[in-house]
Amino acid sequence: MTESVLRARGLTRRYGRGSGMVRAVDEVDLSVPAGESLAIMGPSGCGKSTLLHLLGGLQRPTAGRVWLAGRRLDTMSERSLARLRRDSVGFVFQSFHLMDELTAVENVELAALLAGRSPRQARRRAGYLLDRVGLADRADHLPSALSGGQRQRVAVARALSNEPLVVLADEPTGNLDSAATLEILRLFEDLRTEGQTLVVVTHDSRIAAIADRMITMRDGAFADDSRLAVTAPVHGGWR
Amino acid sequence: MLAMLAKEPAHGYELRGRMRAALGPLGETMNAGQIYVTLTRLAKAGLITSERADGLPDRPDRRVHALTPAGQERVTSWLTEVSWPKPDLTEFHLKLVAAATARLADPVALVDAQRREVMRRLRDAQRTALDRSMDPVAGLLMEGVVLRLRADLEWLEACERMWTTRKAGG
Repeated sequence: MTESVLRARGLTRRYGRGSGMVRAVDEVDLSVPAGESLAIMGPSGCGKSTLLHLLGGLQRPTAGRVWLAGRRLDTMSERSLARLRRDSVGFVFQSFHLMDELTAVENVELAALLAGRSPRQARRRAGYLLDRVGLADRADHLPSALSGGQRQRVAVARALSNEPLVVLADEPTGNLDSAATLEILRLFEDLRTEGQTLVVVTHDSRIAAIADRMITMRDGAFADDSRLAVTAPVHGGWR
Repeated sequence: MLAMLAKEPAHGYELRGRMRAALGPLGETMNAGQIYVTLTRLAKAGLITSERADGLPDRPDRRVHALTPAGQERVTSWLTEVSWPKPDLTEFHLKLVAAATARLADPVALVDAQRREVMRRLRDAQRTALDRSMDPVAGLLMEGVVLRLRADLEWLEACERMWTTRKAGG
């Protein structure tokens, strides 16, 4: 059996108490092997974003266990959790979350520095990644001078700066028009073919259709889990 | 196929090339046999002429196909005729209604199964559409396929909402 990059058992997150209690994530079991691309879909409020936050150690579960590369996140100290996120997870959010005062290349570089690269390595990696996302000629632009699609491509480059074990994306095309969505689709399709482990939470069927496996969530639980195709990942390229 | 002959007469193999260029990946499944059978039918119907050309010695049986005036007319009327493929949603809709009212199956489970199938198709179509080496004109057809599948998925979402609520409501 291949080692799971992400694993969850009985993962639960509740909000509120008593009759007002909401089970955002309700006893979810999940296993994501290395190289798998997984899309989690479902109506708004089904708990898919909360699940992603639990998997990435951004939120703590009310109950259940979650492992990243064999290490338990739910019992980890805040400090170790922050380090693990910085070193091993790449996050992509709907609203990009770039630092407005930093240029495109500096945004990517900073993440690489925080993940422990030397300044020289960080600069080189940032340049390389911006080139890979097709923005080499925009490296010195501030986010405000970039289009939505370009900002999200910078965010993807940043997510890859630490050579993450897994990229977790929350509605990566949610704020983009259809031309910009196409750029992000291409980028995620490249990531998939190059064997990057990916979990994308979305209600955009286009970005979900990139994935090899699709889970449908309803009321905090998995309603359907299907493999759209079995494709052997090809490694290399982004490393 | 008639329309592909409108520009100029062609050999069967040229015609096949024209169709494949126009259809892109969707034209891959078309074989030479289908083309020749159709050409024979069109000739019988008087829409094309198939004259043996002074061929190359290695391929003596080459014929050049050309539109007759009746064929020209057919192409013109085809171009101006407004027809649109109907997606048949009725059957699936009836399945859901029957499943729910006769309690034969969980309609939401049927929606899930249908969604898996549509997602699989969307995935295949989209991969082809994203291929950078694809001819842009043929790519336009794939874009249409992708858009239709997305519309189907949106409708399935509406089905899911309806039948989840009904189930919850008893």
